[in-house]
Amino acid sequence: MIDAPLTAVSFAPLVVALPIFGAALAFILRRKRRTQRLVTIAVLVITLCLEAWMLATVWGGGTYSVTLGGWAPPFGISMVVDGFSAFMLVVSSIVSLAVLLYATSQGMADGDEDGPVSIFHPAYLILVAGVSNAFLAGDLFNLYVGFEILLTASYVLLTLGGTTARIRAGTTYVVVSVASSLLFLIAIGMIYAAAGTVNMADLAVKLPEISPGTQTVLHVMLLVAFGIKAAVFPLSFWLPDSYPTAPAPVTAVFAGLLTKVGVYAIIRTETLLFPGNQLSEPLMVVAGLTMLVGILGAVAQTDIKRMLSFTLTSHIGFLIFGVAVGNQLGLGATIYYVAHHIVVQTSLFLVAGLIERRAGTSNIERLGSLAKLSPLLALLFFVPAMNLGGIPPFSGFLGKLGLVQGGAELGTPVAWALVGVSLLTSLLTLLAIARVWNRAFWRKAEDATDPDPLLLVGVEAARGATYDIVANEPASRYSDRGNTALLPNGMLAMTAALVLVGVALTVFAGPLFEFSDQVAGQLLDPNNYIEAVLGTGQGVR
Amino acid sequence: MSTNITLLIVMGVLFAVGIYLLLERSLTRVLLGIVVLGNGVNLLILSAGGRRGEAPLYRSALDAQEYSDPLPQALILTAIVITFAVTAFMLGIIYRSWVISRADVVADDDEDLRVSQQSTFDFEEDSPVPEDTTEFEGEDAEPAGNHPEKGPHA
Repeated sequence: MIDAPLTAVSFAPLVVALPIFGAALAFILRRKRRTQRLVTIAVLVITLCLEAWMLATVWGGGTYSVTLGGWAPPFGISMVVDGFSAFMLVVSSIVSLAVLLYATSQGMADGDEDGPVSIFHPAYLILVAGVSNAFLAGDLFNLYVGFEILLTASYVLLTLGGTTARIRAGTTYVVVSVASSLLFLIAIGMIYAAAGTVNMADLAVKLPEISPGTQTVLHVMLLVAFGIKAAVFPLSFWLPDSYPTAPAPVTAVFAGLLTKVGVYAIIRTETLLFPGNQLSEPLMVVAGLTMLVGILGAVAQTDIKRMLSFTLTSHIGFLIFGVAVGNQLGLGATIYYVAHHIVVQTSLFLVAGLIERRAGTSNIERLGSLAKLSPLLALLFFVPAMNLGGIPPFSGFLGKLGLVQGGAELGTPVAWALVGVSLLTSLLTLLAIARVWNRAFWRKAEDATDPDPLLLVGVEAARGATYDIVANEPASRYSDRGNTALLPNGMLAMTAALVLVGVALTVFAGPLFEFSDQVAGQLLDPNNYIEAVLGTGQGVR
Repeated sequence: MSTNITLLIVMGVLFAVGIYLLLERSLTRVLLGIVVLGNGVNLLILSAGGRRGEAPLYRSALDAQEYSDPLPQALILTAIVITFAVTAFMLGIIYRSWVISRADVVADDDEDLRVSQQSTFDFEEDSPVPEDTTEFEGEDAEPAGNHPEKGPHA
């Protein structure tokens, strides 16, 4: 434990506590929408600033731990801030702030002052608190609590409004999540029985002492529990089932954050608790299958949100690939790719929400002419979509290149096979994206089957003809004015902001890759973590 | 480490019952399964704490080995609270689902069914397949008592 006088890291618990207090306040203020919004936004901005400060502190390396309640580790609860957790915190906060502003703008545009969504802001803050807690957790049980906080908030957000589709999706989601949490809890119980501690640093010292067979059992149980949360192949089918039904901002923030918390936990398991790549080969097979099965699902879908949910699970495979390869190159690329994936998937889901608003549907069979109706929307879709497909020079390409290099450096047959699968997956991603582009944006709306009147009215009006097709349609829905009516500036601005963050990941790829490489080096030497928590001289290996 | 055999058996039964119920399609049973499983896990954590001992309040005369381990109990307490919250939420969902559809089962996803049937709507595959009637023509041996007049060659 480093008893630093008062650095940014001393404020780490606030990153969790502030959103929780903010949620309480927002709940009290549920009748005063404007104040509630202000509170939520203010809390997220303060949290982001704190996290950015923490990231600046650990940027050059170094791991710090904060002990809560004055109980010395391994007995007390510690929170650990290292490059990896601080980086994840900052990226997740940027994304959650952008999505919150998007949702606020949407709410204001729809005038839902009296709707049942007063619970949205408190639940959202609780979700952020849970995510932060999971990233900072220095012991397994605290990680479990972090997971539970974010999951419980996500149940509420997913079933917001309680419509038939959302309740149906919500039930599956809740049951699957609870099952994975129970598995995780069982694993914690068994780890405690085997090693007598749940502190991760302490476990890193004590786990190697127990018999290899028991180690494998515990290792696999943790991976299965985290694998469900991260949506890794045989355990991923709940995700495309439940995500698309939620409101666009909710889906976007879930897509960005929730699965990545699972990936974060897997990375910690593989580097800190069970280092040494014992399960490297099975993980690689699983990673390959995750990529392939996910992307084949995406190609079959006709709904944009569902297609994006499938690409989401597919690209989790890339992250697992990097973890399974386990060398510094692969791990560094994974850390970079996580940031890329969070930002890009979230912005794509936000764009899908905009498409749904503009066109009345997100089914690509019924879409058309969007590039003509709203060139800005087309641009906002095109950039992150190409980024996801891994077209150079975007960050998706750089991340994949790093992963492929990592796989090639390992050089085993399975690793080479995985390199091939990852390239094939990129190609199929491009195919899925191109289908959406061609149908929704490029072709004429007249060619679509049963296109929404919103699209046709726009086309006809753009030609200068006067049409009175839909009698009840307000005049504001006609083409250029339709954009202003249907696409609020705030939503466009926030989507554009996230797309720009995605581009910034490319522009600043140099320093970011340097940073993630250094973080990967840190992760591969668990002594950093152990000594930060337990004090110097406690490390192993 | 010694373990209480009764607890072990109870735990096993709870797990078996819980998993069985969890696999049901009726939501109320799924919820019961979650509750039962949760209790099984709590027992597991309890037995992870080792044998029983004195209350973990510091007394100078007592050797450290004599105390029981307080940590698993703290963990269980947290787990119980979490299970409680999830149970309450699940009940809410089940009630809502009952209000909406008058059904207490996990519903199928319409969009999913549509996508899975997509290929059968493909006219390339749909048209050229001839109706396979051989099965009916060859079926001379229709059960005699049932519909003897329906067999084409009867």
